[in-house]
Amino acid sequence: MKADALSGGFFDPVFGAQAVFRALLRALSRPGEIENLPGLVRPPTPLNPAAAAVIACLADADTPIFLDRPLAESEAVRDWIGFHIGAPIVSLAGRATFAVISDPEKMPPLADFWLGTEEYPDRSTTLVLQVTGFEGSRTLTLQGPGIAETSALAPDPLPARLIGQLEENRRIFPRGVDIVFASRHAIAGLPRSTRILNGAA
Amino acid sequence: MDQTTQTFGQGAFGQEATEARQAEARQAALRVLARAEADELATGLESIADRPEMETLRAPEFGLVMARGRIGGSGAPFNLGEVTVTRAALRLPTGEVGQGHVLGRDRRRAVLVATLDALWQSRPYRPAVERIVEKIRARLDAGEARKRTETAATKVNFFTMVRGEDT
Amino acid sequence: MYVAVKGGEAAIANAHRLLAERRRGDPAVPALTVDQILQQLSLAVDRVMGEGSLYDRRLAALAIKQARGDLVEAIFLVRAYRTTLPRFGASLPVDTGKMAVERRISATFKDLPGGQVLGPTFDYTHRLLDPDLEGEAEPEPAATAEDPGEGAMARVTDLLGEAGLIEPDPESDGEPGDLTREPLSFPAPREVRLQALARGDEGFLLALGYSTQRGFARSHPFAAEIRMGEVEVEIEVPGMDFSVPLGRLKVTECQMVNQFRGSAAAPPQFTRGYGLVFGHAERKAMAMALCDRALRARELGEDETAPAQDGEFVISHCDNVQATGFVEHLKLPHYVDFQAELELIRRLRAEFEDREGGQEREAAE
Repeated sequence: MKADALSGGFFDPVFGAQAVFRALLRALSRPGEIENLPGLVRPPTPLNPAAAAVIACLADADTPIFLDRPLAESEAVRDWIGFHIGAPIVSLAGRATFAVISDPEKMPPLADFWLGTEEYPDRSTTLVLQVTGFEGSRTLTLQGPGIAETSALAPDPLPARLIGQLEENRRIFPRGVDIVFASRHAIAGLPRSTRILNGAA
Repeated sequence: MDQTTQTFGQGAFGQEATEARQAEARQAALRVLARAEADELATGLESIADRPEMETLRAPEFGLVMARGRIGGSGAPFNLGEVTVTRAALRLPTGEVGQGHVLGRDRRRAVLVATLDALWQSRPYRPAVERIVEKIRARLDAGEARKRTETAATKVNFFTMVRGEDT
Repeated sequence: MYVAVKGGEAAIANAHRLLAERRRGDPAVPALTVDQILQQLSLAVDRVMGEGSLYDRRLAALAIKQARGDLVEAIFLVRAYRTTLPRFGASLPVDTGKMAVERRISATFKDLPGGQVLGPTFDYTHRLLDPDLEGEAEPEPAATAEDPGEGAMARVTDLLGEAGLIEPDPESDGEPGDLTREPLSFPAPREVRLQALARGDEGFLLALGYSTQRGFARSHPFAAEIRMGEVEVEIEVPGMDFSVPLGRLKVTECQMVNQFRGSAAAPPQFTRGYGLVFGHAERKAMAMALCDRALRARELGEDETAPAQDGEFVISHCDNVQATGFVEHLKLPHYVDFQAELELIRRLRAEFEDREGGQEREAAE
């Protein structure tokens, strides 16, 4: 195990996790709003601090994590997750409770992830998509629970094919995945209950 | 002692045997430290001079471990119930990572065990840590032995009574 | 239907203050300390740990104090606390064969290696109340005998197993099911049933075990062995190349053996029921072993005729936190439900009376 994979966990596991949980709660209940998540953890690259904080807060030994190729190929990232989170890392997207994607352009289609069942729709993958920021060229117009009229979200990057997949994800409700976009120090939520108004455009 | 365990770093097999022995010795030390009282760990640690600064890798935290048993005592595993555990991890400037895992909820005890575990892995400190472990082991063993003598006094000695007339 | 009802805040707050005062009792009497409960009510602590499914003596003692000695309430408190903690992983299975034994008896073999060791037991006491305990007289110190030294005591079932007269333990190194993670479905596998029984209500399992002895399930059990003592618990930690010792747990284990005349597939032999619980809890371990054996009826090709053999019945109802939750929720306001029922009864009653009245009128005419 490489030594630097061991540092950079929550300084205070309880209050750190609580702060992240509060931010996640707001992000997922107010889709489109950006929640700041200042550096609570220091993960090895290419895992970004906000994405790392989200899985450090939510994942544990009972929740398998899927990593996309750049993350999975980093020994330091795998060790960091092993030491600080203790979650098993799986190579099958359909088996993962959480997935962290460092390169959304090359991510597997949403339908490859765990979509839950009609009886237990909660048993689906929560995806954490690493982005560079929220001022991308493509703005999604969102509507649904937690949104007064409409809200806007412009994660960067936002692959065009993902938009179509998000519509399909909304169509199979209550099944489907939930998404958290994570820039280095902020997150935004896109739960399965949210509709995208300008998708086809 | 045979040749392979005596040689140090000579060939892969000697190296492996040394690592296995080292792991076993560290585990034996942790087996004692995990059962120690916080105060005796603290007193022991204070007896070590020139302790290096420690970097916290994992601040002490409470959690659960699902304790397992086996069906019938030796069969397939099943989940018996959870136990509370406190864990902590820290690192010496020279890179040794100490881990503390103790039953119950006691942050201080977990950090002390992690500290002593880290020092144990550092050659210059190991003899001092072993002395602390030895002292605690002696106390635990004495307690165990006392309990065994009390238990032994409740052992049933049967004597057979002759029934009927066989003659 | 559940309808939120507002109001009663002050009443609730004052009820809780009153509860705290009643819990404390007469202030002229010294307050009970958690250490006193830990030391002197240790079997209550063990029961709360076992059925709370959380091994933490101090926490169980605190729960007993907070619950004013109501053990089911204390178990509820412990279960609630456990939900606040993350799970680091699962231990390696504990090895009861290597137990530091404080008690070990067998009702089937008089002379077994290691002998019969009574330990601290209520057995053979006369069940006469002891007025001396009203005072503060210290007991005489325990007797001692020569230290037999460390060394594992072989399990009785292993001794029987060598002769092939007892069924072997089912082997598997698969990941056992966990009812705290996956909802129960029936028929539940044996390892999940054992988990449920280990945290099940002692009284419920005791009654079911008793029922099997009285003929409500074909069984003729022998207590092959009961042992109590401490076992080491270890966990695998990522990045460490050996299993990490956490400390020791006190557990009670019971091996019941039952005569089995054999089936088409299995030869005549002794079959087994198994009990393993946290702490010193012998009655519970025995009841668990009886229930485990009864629940294996289908597996062993026996007729399922008795309540103790019905997996869904036993496993769904043995948890006293679930049971108390559902029974006690009847105390909560059901004003709207009841209003609806009342309306229905009034209407039916009116219809009934109309019919009666009609018949009387017809009879009169």
